[in-house]
Amino acid sequence: MPAWSTWSSMAELAVLSGGTARPPVRRANWVPYALLAPGLLWLAIFFVAPMLTLLSQSLQEGSVEAGYTFTANWQIYVDALQKYWPQLLRSVGYAATATVAALVLSYPLAYYIAQKAGRWKNLMLVLVVAPFFTSFLIRTLAWRTILSDTGPVAEFARATGLTDLLQALALTNNDSLLSSKFAVIAGLTYNFLPFMILPLYASLDRLDRRLVEAAGDLYATPWQGFRHVTWPLSLPGVVAGTLLTFIPATGDFINSRLLGNTQTVMVGQVIDAQFLRVLDYPLAAALSFILLVMILALVSTYVRRAGTEELV
Amino acid sequence: MSWLRRHLLLFAAVAVLLYMLIPNVVVAVFSFNDPVGRYNYTWTEFSTRAWTNPCGPQGLCDSLGLSLRIGLIASLIATVFGTMIAFALGRYRFRARSGTNLLIFMPMATPEVVMGSSLLTLFLMMGVSSGGLAITIAHIMFCVSFVVVAVKARVATLDPRLEEAAADLGANPPQTFLRITLPLAAPGILAGALLAFSLSFDDYIITNFNASPSSITFPMYVWGAAQRGAPVQVNVIGTVMFIAALAIVLVSQLLTSRRRRAAA
Repeated sequence: MPAWSTWSSMAELAVLSGGTARPPVRRANWVPYALLAPGLLWLAIFFVAPMLTLLSQSLQEGSVEAGYTFTANWQIYVDALQKYWPQLLRSVGYAATATVAALVLSYPLAYYIAQKAGRWKNLMLVLVVAPFFTSFLIRTLAWRTILSDTGPVAEFARATGLTDLLQALALTNNDSLLSSKFAVIAGLTYNFLPFMILPLYASLDRLDRRLVEAAGDLYATPWQGFRHVTWPLSLPGVVAGTLLTFIPATGDFINSRLLGNTQTVMVGQVIDAQFLRVLDYPLAAALSFILLVMILALVSTYVRRAGTEELV
Repeated sequence: MSWLRRHLLLFAAVAVLLYMLIPNVVVAVFSFNDPVGRYNYTWTEFSTRAWTNPCGPQGLCDSLGLSLRIGLIASLIATVFGTMIAFALGRYRFRARSGTNLLIFMPMATPEVVMGSSLLTLFLMMGVSSGGLAITIAHIMFCVSFVVVAVKARVATLDPRLEEAAADLGANPPQTFLRITLPLAAPGILAGALLAFSLSFDDYIITNFNASPSSITFPMYVWGAAQRGAPVQVNVIGTVMFIAALAIVLVSQLLTSRRRRAAA
């Protein structure tokens, strides 16, 4: 079962670049609508409608006990932003940092698998998706063991001065690696790496090596060849990979909860707590809606820029 | 120079693979730990106690059973819905095509915390109580898009002339579909189903918003247990899942390559 082809084709859809598919062959009658109906209806009821009830919930006032009434209380958005802008900004900042880190780590691996691995290609692809086979939570908990103060990683970091460097960069608070900004960002990077590697692999696998060779024949240095041939041709993969990493990382609260401290709280954690423990539904709904709009705005700006300036 | 560069790339690739795989190794190693106190974070001594008594901690195997049941139902329904949509997109011309694509794409571009919390507001307003049914509904919702993408990729590679040939040989449309189209699309459908199952089985964030105290899935059990120290058995389950899935993938790889060799 080629699981990675699934992931990479998913990535292709993520940039809606699926124009490579064979044009549909049959003309419209009732059949396609019948095929679409159950799934799209499900999405309309349980994906689209909830966005509307979320908005509605955010504009209501009341309490769980007394019930809620719709009062068009837009003030809640001002309050939510005033109170939680640090967590919102932090979520975007952490997710962006993790996305860049994942891109830097993934590119060499994806390039190696696509262009150099030869008969090891399939094995390496299996190893890339293999982490998925163990539950996400269990693997994140394993990082607590790996980064623990008495472990070899912490000792190595202390011996090489990495700990001091991280502290100087304000990524850790003391000489422990756990419960810090560093641990949260490293955890986010780790958890979403396959989402970056697979789309990159898909676009680098399609890369015609003769184009790079031609650049070399025309006296391009290897760097120029990469900058002007390989990189532009891999951009669809870069765009898909960064989206598939950035979006889930922004809303994630598992890493910040398990690997962070009270100074690394991300917005997902606030939404979770407000909904399920504080039971302040309007505030939680408002924050959730803000997160949605923020991500849609960032993503559409990004896709449009990538689309018009470089992808064409 | 080029030798050095090639090997530099190899070292980088291996280092990243190690970064990805070390947690899995740690999970497996610590399934043999005998921790002092509640937290299984530091190595104490070798023990097979967790392996011989995997269902020891209260609620662990119940949660596993619930996750398997929800995973099977949700992936089955999502696979049927997703496959139907994929065939519509891959085989027919119709209006509202870009709208359909957008609706399929959106759940994949929405943070889980937004989907989970918005669904909670819907269920609150409709008076649907949290629990197994709410979780299953949510899982079907976020799995459908992934199935569509997996199946659509396969449908796009099918040669429509094969279906035309079947029709020329007198097959009616249902026969053509069952005998030609469906078997050819099967690998994509299977991939989509497996993907849906693993997404459902592993989901914590969306489930968390729709679960009740009587519907604790396996990820929810792990989360709850992590707050007060997860039992070693959690690592045992994680390791078994890892090995089983790896075995499935490697065997299917072997079978495909053998079949391909036999065909050649």
